[in-house]
Formats: sequence, structure tokens, C-alpha cells
Amino acid sequence: MDFDVTTTVKLASYVGAGFCIGLGAIGAALGEGYTAGLANEGNSQDSKRSGEIVKNMLVGQAVAESAGIFSLVIAILLLFLDTGGGSMVKAAAVFAAGLCMGSGAIGSGIGSGYPGGEACLGISRQPAVSGRLTTNMLIGSAVCQTPAIFAMVVALMLMFLDFGKGPVSPTWAALIGAGFSTGMAAIGSGIGGGMAAGASCEGVARNPETVGQVTTTMLVGQAVSQTPAIFGLLVSFILMFKAFPETTSLGPSMALLGAGISMGFGGVGPGIGNGMTAEGAVRWIARNIEAAGTLTRTMLVGQAVSQSTAIYAMVVSLVLIFVV
Amino acid sequence: MAIEGADLVKAAAFIGAGLAMGFGAIGPGVGEGFAAGKACEAIGRKPEEAGLLTRTMLVGQAVSESTGIYSLVIALLLLFVV
Repeated sequence: MDFDVTTTVKLASYVGAGFCIGLGAIGAALGEGYTAGLANEGNSQDSKRSGEIVKNMLVGQAVAESAGIFSLVIAILLLFLDTGGGSMVKAAAVFAAGLCMGSGAIGSGIGSGYPGGEACLGISRQPAVSGRLTTNMLIGSAVCQTPAIFAMVVALMLMFLDFGKGPVSPTWAALIGAGFSTGMAAIGSGIGGGMAAGASCEGVARNPETVGQVTTTMLVGQAVSQTPAIFGLLVSFILMFKAFPETTSLGPSMALLGAGISMGFGGVGPGIGNGMTAEGAVRWIARNIEAAGTLTRTMLVGQAVSQSTAIYAMVVSLVLIFVV
Repeated sequence: MAIEGADLVKAAAFIGAGLAMGFGAIGPGVGEGFAAGKACEAIGRKPEEAGLLTRTMLVGQAVSESTGIYSLVIALLLLFVV
């Protein structure tokens, strides 16, 4: 069966657009639902504050929504952009762009829901510090959005850079691998960053005097949670910009695709794990501020161990790209 | 593109290595993070036992790490031995 290039590129854009908004809608919806659920829990505890709680809920949901909007924008671009034929490499690139943005939005959407919900619940518990809670929520959920922004950057690069100079095989596999790498690794970092931010909003509501230490530890914990997404971005950049020699065999293509899959899925677990660790540390710094030093130290040791599997995944990816 | 048997086997080994390490890293990452999170909770409750709690956390994480190392070993075997 012979397809001409223009048809194949169109086909790949449409399938990519479907993946992009289909996957991209998962996270934002889950996160916003969680926020709304906790907002109603707060309403039921202190219905006189409902105006403030609902306002905070909408602000929190708007941040979570942005991951979904990124996916929508990329999907619309994939549908209507004139890709102008090009080569089969372009088909791989547009499909990978959709995959990258779609999966990359899942974690950020879910993650931003945690601080939104905890801040709403916190307002019902400590109405006096609602301003501080909203600020803390916004800082925390802004950090959660970074993995989705990484995914959007990679998706836009895949769509607009000219990869036509590279040989079709194995460049197609490198580009799909680049999409997997950033897209999937962003899931863990988004969720992990959200867990830390949620715990910090809960902690501020419980013990408002600890806000300085709680926010600082949240940011440190979130920064470590972001590293798997950064590893994913690094592997994507290598896959996009390294020049690969033309080949007729399947081996080199599969090595590059495998590199993307390894780093992408390998980043999910450590991202979530680092977030769980930061959640425990932040939650208990708010309850026991005297132990803040020990808790921060233990958090960093625990995160370092959890991080090790992401490093294994990166090593395997780099071996697949540079050695075999 | 003519694909020969040996090439197909190599290709399968490479993609298998990626799958092995990629999916194999999910569990240990989450599990170790959970252990560390609970250790932080316990230190928050009882800071004077921080030494014991950190030690137990590290032993537990080492066990949880083992499956990640199995994945790494299999991935490296697929890359360099098979």
C-alpha cells in the first residue's frame, strides 16, 4: 500500500492531535475535581466562608486548567497547521508532538489539584490566613505546571523545527523517542510536585506561623521532584539535535525509540516518589517545627535514594543513544 | 527495507532494554518515596528516634531498590550480552 508523504503527515497530525487532547484532558479534570471536592468539604465545615472558598477554588482550578489548555492549543495547531508535506520524518515529528504534550499535561493537571483543594479546606479551618494560603497555593501549583511547560516546549520544537535534513531512518524513531521522554517523565514530576504543594497548604492552615519554613521546604522538595522531568527534557534534546547516520537496519531506530521509552517511563516513579517524600517532610515540619532541620535532611536523603532509579533509566537511555 | 533475522533480534533487544528499565523504574521510585515520606512523618512525631528511623528507611529502600536493579541488570544484559 503506497501512501504519499502529504497524506501520511496529515494522518500523523490528526492521530497526534487526538492523543494530545485525549491524554491532556485527564489530568486537569482529575485535579480540578479534587479541588472542588475539598472545597465542598470546606464549605460544609464553615458555610459562612463559602464565598472566599469558592473564589480560591476557582483560582486554583484555573491554574490546573492551564495544562489542559496547553494540550488544546497544540491539538488545534496539529489540526490546522499547514505542515506542507516535507518528509516522512515530519510525520513522526507531529505525532510525537501530540504524544508529548498529551502525556505531559497529565501530571501537572493532577498535581495542581492538590494545593488547590488543601488551600480551600484550609480557609475553612483558618480564615484569618486565607491570603497566605492562596499565595502558597499559587506558588506551589505554578511549580507543578513546569513539567507541562517542558512538554509544550518539546512539542512546539517537534512541530516547527526542520528535521528534513536527517535521514528518515533512524530520525523518525529519535523524534518519537523524544516525545516519549519528556511527555512521560513529566507525569511523575507533576504529580510529585503537587503532593508537596498540597501538604504545604495543609500545613500552613494548621500552623500559620510555620509558613516561611514550610514554603521553603516545599520548594526544595518540588525542585528535587522536577529532576526526572529535567532528565526527560535532556534526553529529548539529545534525541532531537544529535545527527544520526543513515541506516537501513532496524536496530539503531529501535535503540533510539527505546532510549525515549526508558527515560520517559523511568521518570514517572521517581517523580511521584520524590513528591511523596516531600509531602511527608512538609506536613510534619508544620506540626513539629523544631525538627525542621532533621526532616529536611531526611527528606533529601530519601529523595536521593528514590531518584536513583531515574538515574538508572537515564544511564540506559544514554547507553542506547551513544554506545550501542 | 529488507530486515534480516539478526537485525530484528538486535532491534527487539534494544527496545526490550528500554521497556525493561523504563517500566521497571516506576515501582522502586514510588515505593522508596513512600518509605521516605513515612520516615519523615515518624521523625516528625518522634525526633529523638531520628537515627533509628533513618536507618530503617534506608534498609527498607535498599530492599525496594532491588527490583530497579534487576531491571537495570536485564537492560544491560539485553544491550551487551544477548
